[in-house]
Amino acid sequence: MSDHHVDGDPHSAGNSSPHAAGGTVLSVTGLCKSYSHVVAVEQVSFDVHRREVVGLLGPNGAGKTTTINMILGVLSPTAGSVRIGGVDLARERARALASVNFSAVYASLPGNLTVMENLRFFGLVYGIPQLGRRVAELLRQFDLERLRNTKCGLLSSGEQTRVALAKALLNRPRLLLLDEPTASLDPAAAQTMRARIRSLAVETGCGILWTSHNMYEVEEVCDRVLFLSHGRLLLEGDPRRLPREHGAASLEELFIRLASEPLAEPLASAG
Amino acid sequence: MRLKPVAGILLRQFYLLRGSPVRSLPMFAWVAIDIVVWGFITRYLNSMAAGRFNYVPSLLGAVLMWDFFTRIMQGVSTAFLEDVWSRNFLNLFATPLTIAEYILGLVITSVATSMVGLAVMLVLSTAVFGLSFLSLGALLVPFLLVLFAFGIALGILASALVLRLGPASEWLVWPLPALLSPFVGVFYPLATLPRWMQFAGHLLPPSYVFEGMRTVLAGRPLSGGNLAVGAAIAALDILLAAHFFTRVFRYAAATGLLARYSAESAG
Repeated sequence: MSDHHVDGDPHSAGNSSPHAAGGTVLSVTGLCKSYSHVVAVEQVSFDVHRREVVGLLGPNGAGKTTTINMILGVLSPTAGSVRIGGVDLARERARALASVNFSAVYASLPGNLTVMENLRFFGLVYGIPQLGRRVAELLRQFDLERLRNTKCGLLSSGEQTRVALAKALLNRPRLLLLDEPTASLDPAAAQTMRARIRSLAVETGCGILWTSHNMYEVEEVCDRVLFLSHGRLLLEGDPRRLPREHGAASLEELFIRLASEPLAEPLASAG
Repeated sequence: MRLKPVAGILLRQFYLLRGSPVRSLPMFAWVAIDIVVWGFITRYLNSMAAGRFNYVPSLLGAVLMWDFFTRIMQGVSTAFLEDVWSRNFLNLFATPLTIAEYILGLVITSVATSMVGLAVMLVLSTAVFGLSFLSLGALLVPFLLVLFAFGIALGILASALVLRLGPASEWLVWPLPALLSPFVGVFYPLATLPRWMQFAGHLLPPSYVFEGMRTVLAGRPLSGGNLAVGAAIAALDILLAAHFFTRVFRYAAATGLLARYSAESAG
């Protein structure tokens, strides 16, 4: 139990990982974000390794999106550091972000550009070599060829998710951030997407940080989960073992219990 | 600085213009309307003056140059606003794109779109109303360059204000050129203005252009020094505007404004 417990120690989460340090694609250390007197994220530390899918879980307002925004460089941390592939985001922003990409339900691609135009636009922004070939590959891979000249604003939710994911893979990222990537998909499409993302981690070797409120999905996809609550990292571990270790019948039950804790109380008493 | 991301910003604007007559039409339509309206006003004034004074170069020339400046400013801010309207900040600024690359992309976009407008203005004013820019000679180039530089500075400033104050503030930045126009003496000499307005006018680069233009049209020798001062102020304004944009960007990243532009509903 204590192996998995994270209680503000900046290094405990990262060190508990079974993966070799050489394969670390993301290293978050002592990350804090506060707005005047409101603390949104407090001393969050964790690593993501190559070929690993890490679930970032927590109730609404727990600090998941804030953490993701800090990793993406669109929100400056109050304290702490983010290293992507060993590159410090604060010092070498462009170099660090060259090996990251993301997809989030709340950050849809410009609806006034077609699928093809969006991919070409973002491909240039990421500085992708042989862009035409890469775009063609992704259109094929995500079954988007027939939609290439359709404006993104006219696509269904599922199609938009596929385009967003294609954009997220343009630069062959070493770190992929997915904020509720299946939230707007029907069960069958979500199942396909989960399998696709899972295989991405294996085939491309990228590390994936995944947020979701669907615990079934998390158990199926994630190698490891991080529980955030009130901006603090409470717990970390294997999603298939954690419920049993903490006396919960399921990951969902454990999630509900953690979410209802007023603050990061030691969970040992619950187990 | 990398060229591909700059080209990306330019390409995005091209895609938008290509696919939308609503966006491409104003490049021609408003400048054409301005030239036609002012062209007939100058014709009327010429008929009243009965040959004693030719209003075409001083009035229509001034309108053309002021329109060019306005188009440059709006070209920069409109390209920026496309990212506001499509809630694209999160997608855009979570990439390796630097602020310098982004601003350069906006500026080149503005140059490209404004040149189209300038060409329309030149053709209409010359072919229909007989405005000859040969009377300004080679000075037309530095005149346009100073206006171009200040238009860029004002466009960057306007973009920074929208980033800082929120999407609704676009209504505050559109009238910026109109706000400046009384001070820069587009249609009258600065000496016409009260002293405090003259002082303000001397801080604005377009005043050196319009004063210079009137000097040349009156057949007097132009002081190159004055135009150089205007150019230097315009260059300084670009640097100050870019610095201001960078500071606002950092503020937006620190306060979460940048992320909220795209993710207002995110939990």
